[in-house]
Formats: sequence, structure tokens, C-alpha cells
Amino acid sequence: MARMKKDLLGLEGAGEREINQILDMAASMKEIMGRQIKKVPTLRGKTVVNMFYEPSTRTRTSFELAAKYLSADAVNISSSTSSAVKGESLKDTAATIAALGADVVVLRHPMAGAPHLLAGTIKPAVINAGDGAHEHPTQALLDLFTVREKKGRISGLQVAIVGDITHSRVARSDIWGFTAMGASVRLCGPATLIPAEIERTGARCCTRMEDALEGADVVIMLRIQLERQRQGLFPGIREYGRLYGLNRERLALAARDALVMHPGPVNRGVEISHDVADGVQSVINEQVTNGVAVRMALLYLLAGGGAVEAAD
Amino acid sequence: MPLYRHGQAFLRGLPEGKGVVVMPGSVRQKAVILDREGIRRALTRIAHEIIERNKGTENLALIGIRSRGVPLARRLAQRILQIEGREVPVGMLDITLYRDDLGTLSPHPQVQRTEVDFRVEGKTIVLVDDVMFTGRTIRAALDAVMDLGRPKLIQLAVLVDRGHRELPIRADYVGKNVPTSRREDVAVLLDETDGDEKVIITEEDKT
Repeated sequence: MARMKKDLLGLEGAGEREINQILDMAASMKEIMGRQIKKVPTLRGKTVVNMFYEPSTRTRTSFELAAKYLSADAVNISSSTSSAVKGESLKDTAATIAALGADVVVLRHPMAGAPHLLAGTIKPAVINAGDGAHEHPTQALLDLFTVREKKGRISGLQVAIVGDITHSRVARSDIWGFTAMGASVRLCGPATLIPAEIERTGARCCTRMEDALEGADVVIMLRIQLERQRQGLFPGIREYGRLYGLNRERLALAARDALVMHPGPVNRGVEISHDVADGVQSVINEQVTNGVAVRMALLYLLAGGGAVEAAD
Repeated sequence: MPLYRHGQAFLRGLPEGKGVVVMPGSVRQKAVILDREGIRRALTRIAHEIIERNKGTENLALIGIRSRGVPLARRLAQRILQIEGREVPVGMLDITLYRDDLGTLSPHPQVQRTEVDFRVEGKTIVLVDDVMFTGRTIRAALDAVMDLGRPKLIQLAVLVDRGHRELPIRADYVGKNVPTSRREDVAVLLDETDGDEKVIITEEDKT
């Protein structure tokens, strides 16, 4: 029996077919964003609630705009202005929001698994907008969309992900997503920031950045999240930049038409040099645009009860 | 043979929905309304009428409604080129996001891309669809075109008008008027989409 998915919690276990369905839909949505009147009446009367328990500008704004382009009403709740500061539990806050009539809840939370907890307790669709160091599926989907749009395919490509893999939910979702679509993923970063047994995901680890970049078709640079570096695993900004920063010389090792990607916000001069971030191979700004299109597609699918068929 | 119920063409192939997938065998073909020659003649006449009504092809553009309106719009443009020696731009419109019944549909149908590569401002737009039924598809298409800009004029061409309007909308160019009962379906088959070329009336077998 085909089953409809209510929520988007992660890309672990996602199949090529359902990812392609979302990307196809996102391509249709991107056309709307190119219009003078960037609005369609599709989700009139639906409510999207953005619950952000961690700071975010681009993801929250991206979801908010995606909802508004589809004529849904968007409400934003951040942890500092919510009842969470009064000690309300996540579950109770979510139940309240569901009772207020939300159709889709977008959740970012510092704890891995928080969206899964919500999805099991409330009726509205839940979209994971980043849970701890676990997954950030919409970021990975927009990365996949950008690569597919630029390269015409994902299967068979060599994708290098460089940075702090341990603390990166983007890396995890990207590994699942790119692997499911048939690409090969190489990981690179300080040995202290590569999780044990990550190669069980199908990705390959490289110690030297040069090995990871060699012939790569896509280079995804991760942001060094200084807010998550408290355990002395990080060598220091200057040393990190010297060993794992992407500059023009290093980029020359990758394929000539390699794409340079970054989930943002960019630490210029640390993980990526100015000239590469602004260079012709950089698609960092297009990633942001595509993020809105991908989120429109997801809101459309999930507000309609979810058209993505889950593999049983 | 993949038949579809008119007005629900965009749902074809989805696993669930309202009367979406018409299984071969459960449907009886009652009559052929237009054969290959009939379709050809109807389109040729409509092309002439479009040129005559608009006194040429100045500012004219055709927009086909997905899915079968698109090949029909292309064919009309081809005929207009043969008759007048002028190319008219052809766009394609997906109206899924503008449907008035999305709230009742779960899951939401797949959205195809809208591709209108010309400015609609000040143009005479001829919307093209295969079958006109309740008029709700055309209502959605009108809204979709308006969101692209402000055309000077919008006209409507359909291959078959089967009646049963639920909205005050009428077509400017009609290939054939076919009185039908609501229990019947009109299926348009085109070489481009179906590998055959005819318009038939079908009825579901009650057995």
C-alpha cells in the first residue's frame, strides 16, 4: 500500500523518486518567483507556523516568504518571545499551536529529534528546519536542486563536503540526499571533527583537503560554527583556514566547472576566501533563491496531506 | 489506452483522488465525435476565425492549458503561420495552483511548469484547451494569466464544448459543440500525448 507522508523530518532513508518529485515541483515554483507578481492563491486560508528555538535569518525568512508566495498566513515564534521562557515544554507549546489551527509547523530546535517528537503528537504537518546536529533536510534539498539545475544530473557526480562534519546537520542531510540520488560523497575536515563510523553512510573520508577536492564536481563548504566549539576539538581559526579553507589554488584541483556551495552564513576568509565566494563558480546566492522554491514545493505538498509516497 | 475524465486531466496518474484513473475495460466508448480529419478541419477553421476576428496576428499570442491545450495551441500557431506567414508566440500554462478545489484534494496534485516566455502586457491572448466543461479550469486559467501581467484581451478556443457550465464563461472559438450527459466523459486523444487522434464519448459501465 502506498502511504502518504505527513511530515518532512529528514532525508535518511529517502528515495530517489520522492526526492525527484520534490525537486520537479520546486522547479515549477521557481518560475513563480521570477514573475512580477510573486504570488499564487494556492494555500489561501492555510496557516504556517515557524517555531525557531535557535537563531536563524535565512531559513526562517525563506520559509516565511515561501508561505507568503503561496498565499498562506505565516506566523513566527522564536524561543525568546515564546512561552518557552516561562517554562512551557515543547510539546505543550506545539499542542497550543495545533489547537490555534496551524496546518504546517516548521521547527528548528537545538535538540536532535525534536521534530520527530512533535510529528508524533500533533496533527499539523511538521517540517524539520534543523534539529541539533542531526538533520537539515530542506537545506539538503535546495543543495540537490541547485546541483541538478546547474549540472542537469546528480547521479555519478563527485561531491566534496568540507568542514566540521560532527556538528553539521547540513552535512548529514547532504550525505543522505546526494547518496540517495547516486552521487559519491567525500568528507574532509579536522580528524577531531569527523564522526566515528560516518563512512557507514556510504561517504568516504579524506584527511587532506587536496584529496577531497581532486576532480570534485561539487564542493560544499560548511560554516565553522564557533557557537558549537566548546570542547577543544577545533584547532583555531587561522590554522583551520590554512588547512581547510577553500581558496583559488585549492579550487583549481576540482573539476574545471565545479560548483562552490555554502549553506551560509559565510565566514569569509576562514572556510572560504573572498575571491572564491564571489567567483564565477560560486552558486551561494542561487542556493538562497532555490531554498524558497524548494520550501514552496514542500509547503504545497504537505499542506495538501503530503503527496510524497513513502516506501514501505 | 490512457483515457481521462475531462476537468481532472491534471490528476491523471496519481494514486488517489476523485475518480482519477479511468481503468480501461470499465469504460465503454459510445461514439467518436471527431476523427483525425475532423480534428484537422476544426483546427484549421479555428485558426482562420482567430485571424479574422483579430484582423491579423498583430499582438496575438496563444497560451495552451496543460496538458492537451499545449499541443493544440502549437498546432494552431502552425496553421496561423501557414495562412498569414507570421509566427505567433506560444506559451503553456499549468493551472494547478489556481484550482478552487485544492482544499478538498488530498494529496495535492503535481504541479507542472508554466512557461510563458513573452510579456502578456497589451497582448491579445488566446487561451487554448481541449474540452470545455464546467468552466472552472478556464476560471483558474484566467487568474493565472492575470498574474503574469495585464493582457489587452483574452479569448478562448476549445476543441470540444460539452456543456454543463457552472460559471458564466463561454468560448470564442469552438471546434465542436457536443451535448453530453454528466454521466458521460469526453476524451480527447492527440498524437503528441496519446499516440492516437480522435475525440470520443465514453460512459462508465455500470456492470
